[in-house]
Amino acid sequence: MCHQTVCLVARHLEAHGIPTLVVGSALDILEAGRAPRAVFVDYPLGHSTGKPFDRADQVGIVRAALAGFDAMTRPGTILRLPNAWDADGAWQADAMRADRGDTRQPRDESPQFQHPADRAAAVASGALAA
Amino acid sequence: MPFRYIDAITERYRVLGYAPYRWHQATDDPPWAAPRRALRDARVGLLSSSGAYALGQVAYHYKDDTSIRRIPSATPADEIRFSHITENYLVDPRRDPECILPLGALRALAAEGTIGAVADQVFSCMGGVYSQRRVREEVAPALLDAFREQRVDCALLVAM
Repeated sequence: MCHQTVCLVARHLEAHGIPTLVVGSALDILEAGRAPRAVFVDYPLGHSTGKPFDRADQVGIVRAALAGFDAMTRPGTILRLPNAWDADGAWQADAMRADRGDTRQPRDESPQFQHPADRAAAVASGALAA
Repeated sequence: MPFRYIDAITERYRVLGYAPYRWHQATDDPPWAAPRRALRDARVGLLSSSGAYALGQVAYHYKDDTSIRRIPSATPADEIRFSHITENYLVDPRRDPECILPLGALRALAAEGTIGAVADQVFSCMGGVYSQRRVREEVAPALLDAFREQRVDCALLVAM
């Protein structure tokens, strides 16, 4: 869903003169969304710009992706980076299995703070009414 | 062989007895804006669809939240938080936000001269908005205004 949203945003920005480049890890949704420029990283969702605490991997992905602004000349290009999450692709077997049920949260309309203290911080900053 | 998410999600919804979701399938060619500056001179903007927010800001909610957050690009990693309808993908970003909000990577690339500069503010949205109409009419225009305010030459959009 995120990839679809970002592709729609990319097309809107681009149509209004801002060059965009989408980095994502769901190739089929990138293909369907046809963003002007896209880079595919074959990692589990949640890791489009790298493995946790692996700064070389993170900077390498962002550097390779941004190079697309200079290099890509054809609308709809999707560059596939060679980065691999693990040696044998085993993570895919665990990803999105149809028998896992609905992993989404209930569609609640109140702010879902990561930590209870974040709510107090938002009230203290004036962003949220007490 | 890259994982096919649309097929997997379609099958999951079928097993759960849900109505099928109609995915967006672009049928026209993408628009194109040629970069005005070489990357080494460009002021680069950033969007992450991960539901990131900075400490002191209001978290996203789970029901087609179409708001955006403006996050100072100098925000330290330990003040980045996340709220997103698919919380299961946030385990690693909550340990290391760089997985999905590459502020440190962009700062490093600016320091080494690969890019000209990072915009003063970067942006987030909660990408799990099921209404494509609301993405087009609410999320995308808000982000266009925000990127224009930041005078970016190009925008890196990170999808979760």
